Amino acid sequence: MEYSNQRKELKVSAIENGTVIDHIPANSVFRATRILRLDKMENQVLVGTYLDSKKYGKKGIIKVSNTFFKDDEINKIALVAPSATLIVIRDFKVVEKKQVEIPKKIEKIVKCVNPNCITNHENIPTKFDVMKNENGIYLTCLYCDKNTSKENMVFL
Amino acid sequence: MKNRSLLSINDFSLDEQLKILTLAAEFEKNPTQKILEGFVVATLFFEPSTRTKLSFENAASRLGAKVIGFSSLATSSVTKGESLKDTILTVSNYADIIVIRHPNDGSARFAAEISPIPVINAGDGANQHPTQTLLDMYSILKTQGRLDNLNITFVGDLKYGRTVHSLTIALTQFNTTFHLVSPVELKLPSYVKRHIKEKQLSYFQYTDLLDGIPQADIIYMTRIQRERFSDPIEYEKVKNAYNLNNSMLINTKENMRILHPLPRVNEIALDVDNNPKAYYFQQALNGVFVRQALLAAILGVK
Repeated sequence: MEYSNQRKELKVSAIENGTVIDHIPANSVFRATRILRLDKMENQVLVGTYLDSKKYGKKGIIKVSNTFFKDDEINKIALVAPSATLIVIRDFKVVEKKQVEIPKKIEKIVKCVNPNCITNHENIPTKFDVMKNENGIYLTCLYCDKNTSKENMVFL
Repeated sequence: MKNRSLLSINDFSLDEQLKILTLAAEFEKNPTQKILEGFVVATLFFEPSTRTKLSFENAASRLGAKVIGFSSLATSSVTKGESLKDTILTVSNYADIIVIRHPNDGSARFAAEISPIPVINAGDGANQHPTQTLLDMYSILKTQGRLDNLNITFVGDLKYGRTVHSLTIALTQFNTTFHLVSPVELKLPSYVKRHIKEKQLSYFQYTDLLDGIPQADIIYMTRIQRERFSDPIEYEKVKNAYNLNNSMLINTKENMRILHPLPRVNEIALDVDNNPKAYYFQQALNGVFVRQALLAAILGVK
């Protein structure tokens, strides 16, 4: 167990200060980087995909140097990675570790599935209530009231 | 209700909805009173809807308000590429209340979000048309003397008809029994049925129009549109199955009345028009009184 952990660290090297987002579903890593706008980031970002995980089989991991996210920022990735763990690193040490939480509302990051929704016709940021049913998370548009299911989520 | 926007029927509580119906009855007795003198009502119709626009403008002018606005894109700055936001912010400089009809779902709620003056939704795409719901409720109350414990039969396109959805949801507040007559392809969507189930009310679904008639206190007819069918043969099969004619009304209840949001095509035969149970033209007139009540309540004079 120790050994496998060390090997993973070798695959995505450790950071001195910053944020590690672990246990991301392997196929959602790049979506998560887009949601967090890491493509625009001018800090070191290390990304690993399809790493072996005891718990999940395959997982992804993101490490961002010198960046500490606010809760409402980081919780946005719960839409694609509800199982993700947030780890705050200072001086190579873990100072905080917690699960992401599914936010109650989200703005701007997902497109409304309804082609007739006003947000798809005018330059208007989307707004949704995050809902949950037996099939998982879905979003209810605050403008047109239509539901966007997980499979239909298109990230802006 | 002063200064509040009306975007969906749920924006007003049951008490407030009933208050509007009471006010509408007052205006029906005395429809011309200059209580809105000095007020300006803007009617912004981004898609044509002559019926609704005339009804609002009639309501406003009978109360002495001035009406400004446009009735099609051709006469507005939208053809120059102006955004909805800019149109709303500009118009709100010139008016005390905005009435908006727009082809996109959610447009009215967006307008209300940015507008400093209250907004009434006169239909946003396939989404909401709350003033139609209130005038339907008023018509039911007026013809039946009550809203509680009625048998309401909806006929036609129950899948896409937004007036049916809103009215059904509104009627779940009144212990209604629902009779739903439609082709299988156009059944009431499950999200609307969920409202009925949540209130533990009864509903019955039929494909044969005659099954929905004898028990009805209200028969609410709707138009079946050709464009709803991917297969034109299916349309041909159902289009004549839901036509109400006079001979079908023989065994109906004495108090039964026929409603229709209009425009009608052929789903109600012309021979029904002279039957005292036909109520759809009075129903349209009721829209004026309900809209008077809304304008007066939201502008704070009643």
